[in-house]
Amino acid sequence: MSNVFIAFQRTEETRCIIDAILEDNPNAVLNEQPAMVKIDAEGSMTIKRATIEEKIGRSFDLQEMQIHLITLSGHIDETDDEFTLSWQH
Amino acid sequence: MDVKVNKKLGLKERYALMTRGLGWDTTYQPMDKVFPYDKFEGIKIHDWDKWEDPFRMTMDAYWKYQAEKERKLYAIIDAFAQNNGHLGVTDARYINTLKLFLTGISPLEYMAHRGFAHVGRQMRGVGPRVACLMQSLDEIRHAQTQIHSMSNYNKYYNGFHDPMHMIERVWYLSVPRSFFDDAYTAGPFEFMIAIGFSFEYVLTNLLFVPFISGAAYNGDMGAMTFGFSAQSDEARHMTLGLECIKFMLEQDPDNLPIVQRWIDKWTWRGTRVLTLVGMMMDYMLPKRVMSWKEAWEIYFEQNGGALFNDLARYGITVPKCAAQAALDKEHVSHQAWATFYQYGAAADFHTWMPSSSEMDWLSEKYPNTFDKYYRPRFEYFAEQHKAGNRFYNLTLPMLCQTCQIPMLFTEPADPTKICYRESDYKGEKYHFCSDGCKEIFDHEPEKYIQAWLPVHQIHQGNCFDPGVDPAAPGFNPLAAVLDHYHINQGRDNMEFEGSEDQRNFAAWRTMAAKN
Amino acid sequence: MQIDLRTVSIKPLRQTFDQVARHLGADKPASRYLEGTIRVQAESNFHYRPLWDPDHEIFDPSRTALKIKDWYAFKDPRQFYYGTYTIARARMQEAAEADFDFVESRGLADSYPAAAKGLALEVLLPLRHVAWGSNMNNSAMAAYGYGTAITQPCLYQAMDQLGIAQYLTRVGLLLADAEALDAAKQAWLEDPKWQALRRYVEDSFVMSDWFEQFVAQNLALDGFLYPLIYTYFDNALTAKAGPTVSMLVRFQAEWYAETVKWVDASIKVAAADNKDLVSGWTRAWRDRAVEAVAPLAARALEAEADAVMAELTEQFNARAAKLGLAL
Repeated sequence: MSNVFIAFQRTEETRCIIDAILEDNPNAVLNEQPAMVKIDAEGSMTIKRATIEEKIGRSFDLQEMQIHLITLSGHIDETDDEFTLSWQH
Repeated sequence: MDVKVNKKLGLKERYALMTRGLGWDTTYQPMDKVFPYDKFEGIKIHDWDKWEDPFRMTMDAYWKYQAEKERKLYAIIDAFAQNNGHLGVTDARYINTLKLFLTGISPLEYMAHRGFAHVGRQMRGVGPRVACLMQSLDEIRHAQTQIHSMSNYNKYYNGFHDPMHMIERVWYLSVPRSFFDDAYTAGPFEFMIAIGFSFEYVLTNLLFVPFISGAAYNGDMGAMTFGFSAQSDEARHMTLGLECIKFMLEQDPDNLPIVQRWIDKWTWRGTRVLTLVGMMMDYMLPKRVMSWKEAWEIYFEQNGGALFNDLARYGITVPKCAAQAALDKEHVSHQAWATFYQYGAAADFHTWMPSSSEMDWLSEKYPNTFDKYYRPRFEYFAEQHKAGNRFYNLTLPMLCQTCQIPMLFTEPADPTKICYRESDYKGEKYHFCSDGCKEIFDHEPEKYIQAWLPVHQIHQGNCFDPGVDPAAPGFNPLAAVLDHYHINQGRDNMEFEGSEDQRNFAAWRTMAAKN
Repeated sequence: MQIDLRTVSIKPLRQTFDQVARHLGADKPASRYLEGTIRVQAESNFHYRPLWDPDHEIFDPSRTALKIKDWYAFKDPRQFYYGTYTIARARMQEAAEADFDFVESRGLADSYPAAAKGLALEVLLPLRHVAWGSNMNNSAMAAYGYGTAITQPCLYQAMDQLGIAQYLTRVGLLLADAEALDAAKQAWLEDPKWQALRRYVEDSFVMSDWFEQFVAQNLALDGFLYPLIYTYFDNALTAKAGPTVSMLVRFQAEWYAETVKWVDASIKVAAADNKDLVSGWTRAWRDRAVEAVAPLAARALEAEADAVMAELTEQFNARAAKLGLAL
């Protein structure tokens, strides 16, 4: 199974997003680079609105990730509550 | 009560109403006349409604989030300019990467903007059209944020002054330009593979992630911000490219061979263009995050590989050129830099030989190739320069008819021998740098014989300003060509050591350190 | 090394890019609008001809019959580049969002009088498709036009019209439901009062001259449709049933007031050297626009319709005359 990944600029808000991703995805691996943070995971990774909201202390629209996102890899499935990256093979 | 039910519409349903619900089948004009270009390539689409929207962003959300990105970006650009941020970069050699970026890449962002406006008008399905138009809008953003970020560099350094003029003329800039012209002039589906898939999904990560991370590492907050900020849009673009390819493959099995050929072609076209980025990463960044080879392994071999594994269920195979690219990753950055070093008199940026500690880094990163093939030559160049014989090659190189790169690449099986291929077409001989480029030509010779090859154009006398007389005594063809390119000789070109950029940077930094 | 770079005052080698300096006639500081716009589009030495249009270069001034000496005379009076454009629209969308929230949270849609609601839905919802048509036409102008000064705002216009189509969709969802959108689409396709307009829109899709398309869409059709709907119809509805719907279409009203300045500036530049050509296009598309929106006016304004159409025509003619056209 191949890796999916997502990368964010390193900012105050993305810290919460990253913490949420690591909490919800035990298979996720953190990879820190100059000014950016990349998270790899085998097969799939799910980003949950509820977990981010808990960490950030306010309501959060998953589309707000657009502001901090650098890149990603994998097929996307996006609902109001979850954003999932996956490879089927 | 109905209203309550409606409020529960999920993202997907709402988005469908906001986009594909808007279209209709025309009856006063036939659909084939309204959408004249989406059939001639032979791609069969039976049901446009099967298109899966990649990112579901309505215009209101788009404006909101993009405006926030823009406010942040311009605040940083302003602060960077006000604080003379350019003096905080590691050393002035770094600035040359930005010249190549502004002259070679920013005009492509603009081409992507126009190309997606075209495809965003011409696809019959509403879903892909909306996604393409949003990308068109993003791409003008990228062109402009790059121009605006580099506007301040242009005020203080040479070589940034006339990018739009140069990309239409200068020999090495025809490499990226012909890539985009090629995509633009193809049909809309091929454009989607060329740009949406090969360029965005497989290749832009290499430019915008490790290279821009390198810019940050070298203290360039301006470039870091436009780069990462642009790449945040690329996430949407990559997804569009991937969706488009899946859509074509799912619609009809007859699409597979066409799509496969495009993937092969555009992966190779892109790989060749990225030679320039490889050189920027290995030679032009004073501090390096990773080598070109490492970046290639992460973003092409692993990430691209994941994608090709995934597409295998449709019958897609890894592009043929991947095998050659796997060999080339250890060579191309060195071969390209050696070429630019020699042709440094005809470039719009400065070149130099790496210091011995930089060569040590290259030896470590390229244990199989650097010491064996490149270091001796580079040390010789450096010694000669020290002895007062900075080497410049003043001949005109032969260019590949397809990728337009000078013949600098070596045989896949023999890194000491330059690779030449040729084809005959209608009584003329055409030359190529590789099997990949020859195959692309052989499939569409009528297209590639049109190429505006800068060296041929010089030979034909088309690269001198009006009024210049090549028959006049003492005529200097190189000087006349550089004038035509708007390259200021002795200021924009040649060796970095002793350049005006180097002197100014040093003087301004000294001023900054004193009262 | 820790240095305070702010303290350094160094003299720039140049003020702007050469292509901008050539446009301005001197090397002097230039706005972000100019640096991001002037001569950004390629003009020469194209490598290949489009497979889909081999009679033209990639960018080719002969895709319109207009004869223009300087394509960068087409300046946008709003000075929109991407950053200023998105920030301007983000402000407008924030206001629109607040209006939609207000109507929703106060239950104003439920209490809105049924007759007015029916009329609003009947008149407004099919206009989603008209806005989508404008998106198509303006994206064509952005693709096939010549020179960034005119093609750039055409793309902004295209995206604005997509946004308008989406706001109208939200009006439908707020005042009624998804079925109302389906019904409106049926009306757009079949109801006789929409057919002249739909024919106009579909005919505009297949026009080969992109500037004639600009005239047909942005000057003629919008020139009648926007004042008719977002001034006259809006006033009529407000008089009947209060300002609820007016709040939900405020974006369009403000948008039209802003964009009309750009449309006028562009027509003025085109007309300067092409008076007969642009006047001829304007005359022809004005007449068709009047015919296309008249049935809609009749439904929206009933007894007032003829008087309003006459007034709109008079305003349109006066506007055209001011722009240098002879209708």
